[in-house]
Amino acid sequence: MRPVYVLSGGVSKFAKARPDKTFQGLVKEAWDESIADLGLEPKQAIELVDGSVASYFSDHFQRQLMSGIMAQDYLGLVPKPSHRVEGGGATGGLCFQEAWKSVASGSMEVCVAYGFETMSHVQTWKGNEFIALASDVSFDYPVGGFYSGYYAMMVVRHMQEFGTTVEQMAMVSVKNHRNALHNPYAQKRMAITVEDVRRSPMVAWPLTRLDICTMSDGAAAMWLASEEGLARIEKATGRRLPRVKVASIGRGTDAMRMSDRPHLDLDTFTAKYALPIEQDAASRSYYRDLWERGARYPGIHSFRAGRMASKQAYERAGIQDPMKQLDFVELHDAYTSSEIQTYEDMGLCRYGEGGPLAVSGRTFLPGIDYGVGFPAASECPVNPSGGLIACGHPVGATGLMQGVFALWQLQGTIGRHFGNPRLQVANARRGAIHSHAGTGTYVTVSILEREGQGGTP
Amino acid sequence: MSKQERTVEESMEGAVVYNVPIPKDLKDMDGMAPIIVKSPYQVDYIHSYGQDSPFFAGLANKRLLGTHCTSCGYTFATPRKACMECGGVCEWVELPQEGRMHSFTVCHFGSEEFLPECPYVLALVEFDGVNSLFLTRVVGLDPTAPSLDWIGMKVKARFRRLSRLKPTDVWFEPV
Repeated sequence: MRPVYVLSGGVSKFAKARPDKTFQGLVKEAWDESIADLGLEPKQAIELVDGSVASYFSDHFQRQLMSGIMAQDYLGLVPKPSHRVEGGGATGGLCFQEAWKSVASGSMEVCVAYGFETMSHVQTWKGNEFIALASDVSFDYPVGGFYSGYYAMMVVRHMQEFGTTVEQMAMVSVKNHRNALHNPYAQKRMAITVEDVRRSPMVAWPLTRLDICTMSDGAAAMWLASEEGLARIEKATGRRLPRVKVASIGRGTDAMRMSDRPHLDLDTFTAKYALPIEQDAASRSYYRDLWERGARYPGIHSFRAGRMASKQAYERAGIQDPMKQLDFVELHDAYTSSEIQTYEDMGLCRYGEGGPLAVSGRTFLPGIDYGVGFPAASECPVNPSGGLIACGHPVGATGLMQGVFALWQLQGTIGRHFGNPRLQVANARRGAIHSHAGTGTYVTVSILEREGQGGTP
Repeated sequence: MSKQERTVEESMEGAVVYNVPIPKDLKDMDGMAPIIVKSPYQVDYIHSYGQDSPFFAGLANKRLLGTHCTSCGYTFATPRKACMECGGVCEWVELPQEGRMHSFTVCHFGSEEFLPECPYVLALVEFDGVNSLFLTRVVGLDPTAPSLDWIGMKVKARFRRLSRLKPTDVWFEPV
């Protein structure tokens, strides 16, 4: 595999509805930003690209099959090669990795990953129905198919096993909404409190409306290239680009039906799923206690796919201690609860410690007003952009939006792109993006790394 | 184009537009409001339960069927004919009709199809001697007073007298 660089990205404005543009127009908006950032003219950009990968989740939302090719021709990229990827909520993350593969394999020198979703074409409750079709239509959907209900059942078990509280979950909402106050791309920018989250209307106990991301219209695009492709673009623009490399990718899966998730014993967990950092005596004794109290893995409280994706990505990038070796993480917080569960899958803490981590301050940014104080200092900001909860979740665009924000962190260009440097992680050298589907069915983790000096505001 | 120029009638479904005026100069066209149309979409799906059909025949006869792997012994509460653990062949077995609440939620909102039923309790039920769980509705609990104390509660299966051949032919109630 060859080294792959991430050169540029663009994100359209995410909103509940974007009737001003069709999905092709939204992709164009993201594409235009990505080429303007490179300093390319539209015609030049078309000539420099070898092919693309298109990312969108649902054919139901806009009742249009083969939308991908309509974005491809709208951008002027026909007759170059392209294909569509689909994997539920992880569609964007999978698309990024497919673009990486296109370049790493030597098939392309420059590959563009673009993604979109237009979810405003149906009413919210019909949208919930379409999303719930991403559960088994023989056994799960007809029982009362509703994704917020599924996530609620998973976190209820997390609360039972580990003592996680609704206030810890609410703190994730406070963090992400308040981070988004400084991100002009975000859909929901609010200075809220834990009380606001708990007073918000109940959707599926214990998850309230402010624990859950919203549906959105939006698009995102990213440019990936080999060393040769990078040289090609630098020659065309006469500019030297910051070297942001894809250090590694990882993926995992789990059964569609939550009811089928296994409840494994401690030996199997330790042998197959524990991270290197969990192999020390203290962690082994911690997990022994957990199993003695009745915990099993992954059950419905943890995402085994997220752990497999993280483990694979960390091994390939040489990461032992993600909390210390990652400067930030953009993860798939479709629910406040799933951000906490994902802390654990990604090894930012041990299984069961996600709730306390969420209120420790360690995943918050320094210098942002969260309305409360914390016992610990910022260590590895999680969702500095505001995440899905605040930025929105136009499914096919989401994983790429995370990639674009991560790229800007590593380039040190958050200030230029957001119009203020408040969300720039100082000296960001290495970050992770995490994309997640279903009730944890497909998960991708990709590690991005800046060569040389870290990005500075 | 100014708002006054449009002939728009408001209805319960939004705006009914009889005509859309066009400005004389085409340079002004990009500033116009987007035209939004609405169309119905209804379809009947013919869905076969295929190899899982015996489960639904079981429900119609007030029996709860799971499957058991003939190679590794794993038992699935939600049936699978191919074992997810070892790839072996699974055979049909009868499940106990009493189990415990493993987890649950109360849905106050949901998909369009289920909105009239809100609030409803969704739960995953565990059975003794069975390795996997079963997704179901639980009836008979107060949806306004959910509590973690519900976890572990004993529940028993109830069946529709007139089967609709859907997984909702069975639901659970506290014992």
